[in-house]
Amino acid sequence: MTSFRIDKPSGVDFEKPVNFTFDGRTYRGFAGDTVASALLANGVHLFGRSFKYHQPRGVMGAHVEEANALITIGRGAHAEPNLQATTIPVTEGMEVYSQNRWPSLKLDLLSINQLAAPLLSAGFYYKTFMGPTKRSWMLYEPFIRRAAGLGAVSTSPDDQAYEKDHRFCDVLIIGGGVTGIAAGLAAARSGLRVILVDDRNVWGGQMAGVDDDLSGQPLDQWISHSIRELRELGAELLSRTTAFGVYDGHVHGAVQRLADVSSHDGVRRPLQRFLKIVAKHSILATGAFENPMLFRNNSLPGVMLADTARHFMDRFSVACGKQIVIYTNNDSAYGAARRLAEAGLNVAALIDTRPSVSAACQSLATHIGASHLVGWQVEKAHGRHRVKAVSVCKIDDQRQKQRISSDCLAMSGGWNPVVHLASHMGMAPVYSEPMGAFIVDPDNLPSHCHVAGPVAGTLDLPSCVNGGFAAGMEVARQLGSTPPDPIEATAMHGFIGDWPMKADVETLSEKAMLDFQNDVTLGDIKLAVVEGYSATEHLKRYTTLGMGTDQGRTSNINAISLLTQLTGQQIENIRPTRFRPPFTPITLGALVGHHVGDHAQPTRLTPMHDWHAAQGAMMVPVGLWWRPRAYLKPGETLREAYIREAGNVRENVGICDVSTLGKIAVQGPDAGVFLDRVYTNNFATLPVGKARYGLMLRDDGMVLDDGTSWRLGENDYLMTTTTGGAGAVMQHLERLHNLYWPDLRVSFVSVTGQWAGMSVAGPKSRQVLGKAFSGTDFSDAALPIMGVMSIKTASGTILVARLSFSGELAYEVFCPACMGTEIWCDLLSHGADFGIQPYGTEALGALRIEKGHVAGGELDGRVSPYNLRLDGMLSKKKWFFGKPLLERDGLYDDDQYRLVGLISEDRQPLQAGAHVVFGDKASPGPSQGWVSSVTYSPSLDEEIGLALVKKRALEKDTGMYAANPVAGIHRKVRIVSHHFLDPEGHRMRL
Amino acid sequence: MIIDCPCCGRRPVSEFSYIGDAEAAKPDMHAPAAEWVKAVYTRTNPRGMHLEHWQHLHGCRQFLKIQRDTLTHEIFSVELVGVYASGEGE
Repeated sequence: MTSFRIDKPSGVDFEKPVNFTFDGRTYRGFAGDTVASALLANGVHLFGRSFKYHQPRGVMGAHVEEANALITIGRGAHAEPNLQATTIPVTEGMEVYSQNRWPSLKLDLLSINQLAAPLLSAGFYYKTFMGPTKRSWMLYEPFIRRAAGLGAVSTSPDDQAYEKDHRFCDVLIIGGGVTGIAAGLAAARSGLRVILVDDRNVWGGQMAGVDDDLSGQPLDQWISHSIRELRELGAELLSRTTAFGVYDGHVHGAVQRLADVSSHDGVRRPLQRFLKIVAKHSILATGAFENPMLFRNNSLPGVMLADTARHFMDRFSVACGKQIVIYTNNDSAYGAARRLAEAGLNVAALIDTRPSVSAACQSLATHIGASHLVGWQVEKAHGRHRVKAVSVCKIDDQRQKQRISSDCLAMSGGWNPVVHLASHMGMAPVYSEPMGAFIVDPDNLPSHCHVAGPVAGTLDLPSCVNGGFAAGMEVARQLGSTPPDPIEATAMHGFIGDWPMKADVETLSEKAMLDFQNDVTLGDIKLAVVEGYSATEHLKRYTTLGMGTDQGRTSNINAISLLTQLTGQQIENIRPTRFRPPFTPITLGALVGHHVGDHAQPTRLTPMHDWHAAQGAMMVPVGLWWRPRAYLKPGETLREAYIREAGNVRENVGICDVSTLGKIAVQGPDAGVFLDRVYTNNFATLPVGKARYGLMLRDDGMVLDDGTSWRLGENDYLMTTTTGGAGAVMQHLERLHNLYWPDLRVSFVSVTGQWAGMSVAGPKSRQVLGKAFSGTDFSDAALPIMGVMSIKTASGTILVARLSFSGELAYEVFCPACMGTEIWCDLLSHGADFGIQPYGTEALGALRIEKGHVAGGELDGRVSPYNLRLDGMLSKKKWFFGKPLLERDGLYDDDQYRLVGLISEDRQPLQAGAHVVFGDKASPGPSQGWVSSVTYSPSLDEEIGLALVKKRALEKDTGMYAANPVAGIHRKVRIVSHHFLDPEGHRMRL
Repeated sequence: MIIDCPCCGRRPVSEFSYIGDAEAAKPDMHAPAAEWVKAVYTRTNPRGMHLEHWQHLHGCRQFLKIQRDTLTHEIFSVELVGVYASGEGE
């Protein structure tokens, strides 16, 4: 055993040593140790450097209140920064690193910042680094960002496993201390479904390991018996689980830490589990944090909270010092002093700021043999990397001074209830005069939320247990269960009365640290008040007090107390800053869970996907779909492949998988009337066996989507949409039907997945179909342009529609999805004689751009039919959805965009997203429009594109450029009609 | 937020899609453009009680009229609207 362990039983198992490293050096701890306890036991008190001044910092708190001992665990992609050393159990081989130091923890060159402290005062980033020119901040920023900060986040992907899960319960109890356990007992005994969460790995919270009796039973025994009973009653007990936020609808966010480092056995186990807990009722039993005292150098390693020193001794058999000085303004530290002394530690002195104390306190000080200085205060802690001595003086006669040797200054400034979760719900905490702190007013809470223990204003052991039990009974009553009999717990030591005394701001050092994580001193608060930032929310933003991962857990109440003195306000009238979730830092990995990589979203594959994959097609994601982009032949580039594929469609025949097109069955006696209202063009006259291209508008008259609808029967239409627009169109139809015309007898079913779709396009497409479906007449008379026919086969009905997106003679063949690959392969084999080749989305795009057809690049939700030159499709004879707002004059003025074609003058590729401008690269001038789609045109042998350009600009076209300043590309373009090829449409009329 | 769908029961908000203000006037097909401008663009955006249309998109796909407090997100009533509102329909 090392010299800082004391010989007493505790939560660590000395039979099981654990080796770990801290900044590369190996240390030995034991099973049950946290990183903090194991390092303290090795005499390590320097854990890190502070945020701004790079002051040496050590352990201050016992658990989650720790503001300074922040560490990083692991390296590279597995590194998790900003963890509290006090909450992480050590495991064999764990790699622990200190943070915010360079080049090393002991010799931190950036501690020079301490000398620059006057420059880094409150609001320094608004003032100090602002001159002399506007660009100065840019000069200073990298230095400040390097110098100030916490742990570094890895930029490599995290390949560790995380999980997500849901929980439902009657009552969620947050806090597994004695209050929460008592609440759980009452609720579980009533037969309720109980979930009890606590962020520690042991039950009992602050009271775990405390030597007290509860109604005659040792406290530790009561805790373990109660936990066993809860398990037997079916309660779910989640330890190492932080309830980090409360959200609408009784939803609570929690993260369970299952392990801190990945296992080494190769089995992929989740590190953390993100739980969404939906509870009918919740009980906040979140306890309280001890407040620090304010004096110069109160952030020095070796200065810690009084109950923290007691905690390390009781839980981990660790002596935080050999000569302990207790510094307090309230009675609670006397309990810690008694416990430390009884364990054999040397409590040299008890400094109490109060002018007088109770007889009980006096006799306790005598009992433990400590020098008792009542009405005294600590002026300063001495030491460089660790406290060596403290200077104390009498408050009302500051000439009376003493210097006391000490390696551990244990302080208590009273207790601050953890009201964060109530604050998440929007509840403003109220000031409790006796507690000297803000608590939750139960009358302010919604009926499903309850509080007990310190959060409700009680600190002593029996009141917490009784209050917790009563809260559990109340939930049972509200849920209609029969609550058990109440309990009347009593304690042996309990809590000695008398509450903390506020420090007089005049007697305190300006260098006293208030916010240990953000390096905010009393001086900063004073400066902020002088400069007018005296409201709590202003103070927070100006000084950063209460920000960061710490969220003011140990600074809030001290700051508010001083603020009231500085501004003469009544503390009752002050509203503390709103606490924001998460309560402690949450890794993104936990929130994302397993939804990473291929599992980030669902994948949709067409019926012919396996065939494409077998061909080695280059695939591309389109929304959730994966589509063949091009079928590269050996040695071919993507560009070569799509030029070949598109050329083959113009020359011979190609086949393209269009199964991804949205397909909606629109059926019912009023289907025709409905379509006539949602499409801008006339649908009432569409005969059975015909298809029509239609344009659909939103409420505001902008284009929602386009596509063809096929009339298959009297009351039976098959609507197709763009691949990306399928979901939005379906929702649009449902909305108009339900909210505008519920009287129409029509229904919609998405049949996208039911049909496989393939486009057979090219001058030889009719011959391919004729051969594949021998006996069917595909002549122009039998199947004219826009004609739809159905072919019955033994396996199912095949639909063939003569539609052209490419501008060639072309057919769309739809068959049941299960027949997709069969028909596809059939068409390919029958087409072999005609030179058929499959083509992908890249060739599809080239072909449609040559024809000037609009698609996703143009239909971006901001364009009207007029912008797209599709105003000819707006019926003048009938009403259609979106028509009224198309009547706005502004939609036709000279600043409106119009669809045009572009040809690159220097034959270099254009880029979608480039802006169309008048000027050359040196002086481009304002944007006149944007390039929406680009391709190389095999038919024209030109680099072409579609663009939306202002009407005004088109009228004085004096030569334009496509500008992409980000890539440094500026190309001269010629504006032409967007119908690059065959504007009269002769090619499809073969 | 949890919405109690009349068809499916209590479901998380992620299953639903916000459709729009249910208090906005729904103009007649042939109403003048000014009325449509009002319906499409003029919103009260109240702090507090609001009537809204939602769709249970990843559920029964029905349209719901929901009375909701925009400040607390508390939901006071949920009713089916549209084709199946009367409980009949096809």
